[in-house]
Amino acid sequence: MGDKPSARLIVGASGARLLLKGLVMKRFARALGFAMGLAILLGFGTQAASSQTLKAVQDRGQLICGANGTLAGFGLPDPQGNWTGFDVDFCRAIAAAIFNDPTKVKFVPLTAANRFTALQSGEVDVLARNTTWTMSRDTSLGIDFAAVNYYDGQGFMVRKSLKVNSALELNDAAVCVQQGTTTELNLADYFRSNNMSLKTVTFATADEAVKAYDSSRCDSYTTDSSALYGERLRLADPGAHIVLPEIISKEPLSPAVRQGDDTWEDIVRWVHHAMINAEELGVNQKNVDDMLKSSAPDIRRLLGVEGQFGEPLGLSNDWAYRIIKAVGNYGESFERNVGQGSPLKIARGLNALWTKGGLQYGLPVR
Amino acid sequence: MAATADSFYLRTVPAQRLPPPPARAGAIGWLRANLLSSPGNIALTAICVVSVCWVVPQLLRFFLLDAVWSGHDREACLASPVNPEPGACWAFVRVWLNYFIYGFYPIGERWRVDLFFLALAFGIVWLAWLAAPRRDIGAFYFFIVLPILSFVLLSGVPMFGLSQVSTSLWGGILVTIVVATVGIVVSLPLGILLALGRRSEIAVVRLCSVTFIEFVRGVPLITVLFMASVMLPLFVPERFAPDKLLRALIGVALFASAYMAEVVRGGLAAVPRGQYEAARALGLPYWRMMALVVLPQALRVTLPNIVNTFIGLFKDTTLVFVVGIFDFLRTIEAARADPHWATPVTSVTGYVFAAMFYFACCYGMSRYARSVETRLARAQRR
Repeated sequence: MGDKPSARLIVGASGARLLLKGLVMKRFARALGFAMGLAILLGFGTQAASSQTLKAVQDRGQLICGANGTLAGFGLPDPQGNWTGFDVDFCRAIAAAIFNDPTKVKFVPLTAANRFTALQSGEVDVLARNTTWTMSRDTSLGIDFAAVNYYDGQGFMVRKSLKVNSALELNDAAVCVQQGTTTELNLADYFRSNNMSLKTVTFATADEAVKAYDSSRCDSYTTDSSALYGERLRLADPGAHIVLPEIISKEPLSPAVRQGDDTWEDIVRWVHHAMINAEELGVNQKNVDDMLKSSAPDIRRLLGVEGQFGEPLGLSNDWAYRIIKAVGNYGESFERNVGQGSPLKIARGLNALWTKGGLQYGLPVR
Repeated sequence: MAATADSFYLRTVPAQRLPPPPARAGAIGWLRANLLSSPGNIALTAICVVSVCWVVPQLLRFFLLDAVWSGHDREACLASPVNPEPGACWAFVRVWLNYFIYGFYPIGERWRVDLFFLALAFGIVWLAWLAAPRRDIGAFYFFIVLPILSFVLLSGVPMFGLSQVSTSLWGGILVTIVVATVGIVVSLPLGILLALGRRSEIAVVRLCSVTFIEFVRGVPLITVLFMASVMLPLFVPERFAPDKLLRALIGVALFASAYMAEVVRGGLAAVPRGQYEAARALGLPYWRMMALVVLPQALRVTLPNIVNTFIGLFKDTTLVFVVGIFDFLRTIEAARADPHWATPVTSVTGYVFAAMFYFACCYGMSRYARSVETRLARAQRR
């Protein structure tokens, strides 16, 4: 992604000391939390685990969600100033699970540079801003990733007239790419490991690279596939270009939470899995009320007709019903924001259900 | 009468006035004098004429003739048989205009922003229009009443039935205007104080002023804003951290003050020493000397630089986006990412619209400063 190097820069620039300070404070807060948790446990015996973040959110009356603000399909305002997008929907789903009201979210637009600080410092409760789940981020930033809600990766766009069907046929191709990004490095790696020769044409900004590709200075343009579809709409004749099926890098995008509040992490994770499970089980926004009468045990458990799965999270038992009623299942949210229901028309690809050749797999509710 | 008879050599009717040589008069004369006076000038003129003839029709075509003025989505601005080469997509600006002006400000409360714009415009006209009545009340209104009124209107006071609107919802032109106005209004007096402090004879005051000015001038604004947004939250608990917009406002205002201080100092240095001494000789104490004798002269000399700083500040407001505030330029950035309007011309249109806004504001300031300069220069002409 284009914004990765700057994020790395910040971690480098603000220095280890700063991080350390954050971590020390974090550790102190955790110790405090642990002590309090212990006290509660001793005091009330079998009280269910409770989440400080959840309590703060409930007391405040709204969820604060760190979002992108300028990424089509994921986090973007509409002309009326309402937030829309796939990540935005995810936050609305969390709000629906907690408050039974998807509008009780305040969105904070974050840049690639300040997103992690905003989460660490408690400025936001959850970060849903197309953030790639990497090991170093997971282990050293004091944050935890909840669940991959979008499998992204670097892809290629070419002209149809080139009659290329696979990235492996791009030998000797001139490829437009944004300078100084991991995209540029992935591109070189991919061509080298497939013994193809490559001519990169680099540009300082994505805009310039797209312009150059559109004016035929390169055969192909490469960036994250989610962005490719958005860029394609900017071309003079979008219909004359296709996105090749190959994905040459891993960019698993995941919502993130602060480390140390495991119940809150559970809530965020299970909001995702509730939406996936709903799609697997054929429960959607329209039929969810009828589905309450379903006899299928999976559906009854998911919608809270049977069992008490919401309580351990500190939510009501119909938490998943609320999500689906308010936002819809995973597929509905996908199609509405980035898929066929949106101008982007991104194919499900890796984000299809596991039963349909994708990677999205709902963990069982039981 | 005899004299008439004697001075027969005197003409009785005035000689006919001859027209100036044709080469110097009228449009042709002007052309010759200004555009075609030398071979070098002739060449320059030719180049300019050719480039104007080449550029202007294209601009006209793109921004007016082939431009798309209305439509519901990107289809309107795409190439079609009717308009094979569409120009600027003004329809996009039309649809997004409210967002560009108000940002996320709740739709039902936007009249408050309009009222604020009105109140601000009223205050500016009252102060800037030299023939306006009771400009002393105008100053009171602008510097005391308006800030309070603006706060009540924009932020909201539930007591008066105005619901609270968090600054995180402010955006667009509203933010740009608020940041620029606060920056300009705070920086001039603070800058003057700092400049006086830097020339003060009291060592502590001088040291403080110099340290502040040099420190602030030595760091880029973007760094200060960045520190405020990235580092501050790590040291201060979120609950006590100041509002994001407030952080940006303070950063911008302090910044502008440091620059303003140096500008004013330049003006102070230009006032002849004799003026200070004369004022002292009249028995004026320090502050009256400054207010009545030195500063009026210093500010007059340095007025172009002051306005220059204001204009720079106005454009620097775009940097507040690093704190996560959607100023005018940022709202355009967001809007141009909208897939419903993504076309080859959308970004260009958005940026041109931004350029027009900034140009109108900055050029307005510049023109006003020119008129004030001419007025003040009259005193010198005696």
